[in-house]
Amino acid sequence: MLILILRQLLNFAVSFFVLTVFTFSLAHLFPQGLSFMIDQKTNNDIFSTEQIELVTQTSHVLDSYFQYISQIMTGHFGQSEVRGGSVFEEFFVYFPATLELSFGAILFALGLGLPLGIFAAKNKNRWPDKLIVSTTLVGYSIPIFWWAMLLVLFFSLLLGITPVASRIGFEFDISPVTGFMLIDTLISNQPYAKEAFFSALHHLILPAIVLGTIPLAVITRSTRSSMISVLSEDYIRSAKARGITSTQVIWMHALRNALIPIITTLGLQISVLITGSLLTESIFSWPGAGKWLLEAVYRRDFPVIHGGILAIASFVILTHLLLDILSMMVDPKQRRH
Amino acid sequence: MKNLRFFIFAIVSSNIILLGCNDERASAVRDNVLVYCSEASPQSFNPQLVTSGTTFDASSRQIYNRLVEFKPGSSHITSSLATRWDISASGKEYIFYLRRNVQFQSTDKFQPTRPFNADDVLFSFQRQWKTNHPFHRVSSLGFRYFESMGLGELIKDIVKLDDYRVKFILNNPDAPFLATLAMDFTSILSAEYAHQLILKDDLASIDTQPVGTGPFQLTRYQADAFIRYKAHPEYWKGKEQLEGLVFAITPDASLRFARLIAGECDLMAKPLPIHIKSAADYPELITLSEPGSNVSYLAMNTNKPPFDNPKVRLALNYAINKKALLKIVYNDTALIAKNPIPPNMWSYNENTLDIEFSLTKAKALLDSVGLENGFKMDLWAMPVQRTYNPNAIKMAELIQQDLNKLNIETEIISYEFGTFLEKIKDGEHQTALLGWIGDNGDPDNFFTSLLSCAAVNSGNNASFWCDKEFDQLITEAGRKSNIKTRTQLYIQAQQKFSQAMPWVPIAHARQYILAHKRIKNFKLTPTDGMFFSGVTLEPVNTQVIQSSDENR
Repeated sequence: MLILILRQLLNFAVSFFVLTVFTFSLAHLFPQGLSFMIDQKTNNDIFSTEQIELVTQTSHVLDSYFQYISQIMTGHFGQSEVRGGSVFEEFFVYFPATLELSFGAILFALGLGLPLGIFAAKNKNRWPDKLIVSTTLVGYSIPIFWWAMLLVLFFSLLLGITPVASRIGFEFDISPVTGFMLIDTLISNQPYAKEAFFSALHHLILPAIVLGTIPLAVITRSTRSSMISVLSEDYIRSAKARGITSTQVIWMHALRNALIPIITTLGLQISVLITGSLLTESIFSWPGAGKWLLEAVYRRDFPVIHGGILAIASFVILTHLLLDILSMMVDPKQRRH
Repeated sequence: MKNLRFFIFAIVSSNIILLGCNDERASAVRDNVLVYCSEASPQSFNPQLVTSGTTFDASSRQIYNRLVEFKPGSSHITSSLATRWDISASGKEYIFYLRRNVQFQSTDKFQPTRPFNADDVLFSFQRQWKTNHPFHRVSSLGFRYFESMGLGELIKDIVKLDDYRVKFILNNPDAPFLATLAMDFTSILSAEYAHQLILKDDLASIDTQPVGTGPFQLTRYQADAFIRYKAHPEYWKGKEQLEGLVFAITPDASLRFARLIAGECDLMAKPLPIHIKSAADYPELITLSEPGSNVSYLAMNTNKPPFDNPKVRLALNYAINKKALLKIVYNDTALIAKNPIPPNMWSYNENTLDIEFSLTKAKALLDSVGLENGFKMDLWAMPVQRTYNPNAIKMAELIQQDLNKLNIETEIISYEFGTFLEKIKDGEHQTALLGWIGDNGDPDNFFTSLLSCAAVNSGNNASFWCDKEFDQLITEAGRKSNIKTRTQLYIQAQQKFSQAMPWVPIAHARQYILAHKRIKNFKLTPTDGMFFSGVTLEPVNTQVIQSSDENR
């Protein structure tokens, strides 16, 4: 098991290496080259020329690559050209909002997708199954921004039951501790902490549904197909023959085995969530990393674009690593080789 | 039937989340917090560094005070941090008597130990003026307003007579000087705070964590998301009734409108013409409107060929169909421009040449300079909506079509607003759609800021047009105090402008704000500023909002 985890870690290291080579070459294309990596303190005049030479004019490209690696390893991603703040710190201001939204979306997708998929599998080729399958196809192919507009028009503007945009009602002043609004509101010592929590939850609903729609469709379909194949296995039949109720068969015996391909699918959805968050966050004015990166692109704020790509890509690689380890734990077969 | 249970469970559980939040109480907190849906993030929190209205709205207009200020809703000068002032007979010396017991805001970083005094005035001006001042080079943005108004050359000395008296000595009389001191970039910062920052070696905080004497103080800011203020408890005019003020930064105009209807905002900036129309269907909304003191124009970079040739510039003036632009972009709410200043401002010259849309004349002009086969040019358009131009990109596209008829190939270039302005300042463009909102009701504010030779250096003069005679006229006009003489000079200057045509003047727009009825005492200013001092809110009444939904 340990060796397997180590092997996964090695995989991770290789992907990370490829990623840094990519971002390193990308940084060379920026108008100011690598010089943005230099830690500029308050005064522009006093950052030393030696430092610049070190980063920009080192004789060999390898030297400058190692310089670059040591900078990013210590969290020096450079400074935003527009705001002057550290890119690394800014990322951690915006990223929790994206994580919170993605969690909401995944929760929505799993919470609805698993039961729907199982239900469809049990009713294979009957009308509920056909209805679910065709609806997921619609969900999968729907343009996300159009779907968001539609939901906002209906739920927020016509019925008035959900907010239009942002993470929390603006009347609540919550100081960021963890960056996760749902946690920050609970640990806040403001008198309106409870209302603030519900406001944050309330604001999460529509964006999470929008972002979770495609994963929902994918999870429903993969649950259905994987469940169908598991349900036709011999051990299910023998379990039924022993008189175990169908609920027990599904939840205790079938689902655990059906879950493995679902976890893999889920892993693939992480990058879908990140790209989806670019759109969703812009539509809902959700102050997350996706919107942050998008605004940086509009501003040609190269250090932020560079740092954002690096940080988000590292995050995606890291989640894949964790999901691989998770699926090894669920599936003993994978541990063997 | 058992499997149906899953299905029902799934549907019900997702509905519980929806309904559980639905009975959110209309909290009393909302009654003291005003939410303003603004259109863009500020470039900085220091009004000295920038010229954009969004930054002034977020900084000088809430956080800071000036020596003198404009009366709310007008361009009349009234006392503020200076209680009174004496002007010498020569018009070159101004003595200001400062208000006592004015407290600066206390923040996490700074607790003031003394009230506002003459040192703060000196600090605020010297920082912009003296190149060797320790704070002069803290920001790379530079002091564009100070420079483009030529204040560095105008001010001879600023003397502290005692703690509560400051004397400004000018090199020459300057009629709009008092109005200049009421403008955003002359806001008064705390010298004591600056001194503490030097000790902490944290100079940049002066622009990012502002400390002023104004009605609201900054508590939290997240770029592209929100700005939060709270009432300054020791504000010298008395604490504001509003406990909190929030700028919800919402660049998308339709989203701003949606948030306004949903009651998430009390006030929205820069509605599109279509929003103004549909606002009539919502009884809880009010539309505030005033003729604006602004101009929208196409600046042609006279440093770059072919725009160094006045004939080409004139040709473009003929080639652009302004009537169509006004109809499509402004929904016919604006006036056609031909001068740099709007017609509601004194010294407007009615007699300058009215340039009617005429492709034949444009073609003839281009033929006469050998450009009958057209040329390639870039056209810079900002991505944000401004009062003077609700949709620059669309305007650029229309201009592109117009020019295409003369075989002029136009490439439209757009950047985020802050970057856009920076690049314009560096002169990267050939032509750019820009605009200006007058900040002090004086024509000088348009001429000197946008078309003087001083403004070429600071980058505000985007056509880089520096005409000695024109410059002479407007400098002269700035020095005289007799309004008749000044009017004469400005009329001549407009004539000169009209002959050289460094711009295609396009429109003077009307300004609009949409607000909820619960907002009281809010006034639009001719300078298009958002001042929230003195504004009050009526308690949220959800009943009213819901019944209006049914009426729709």
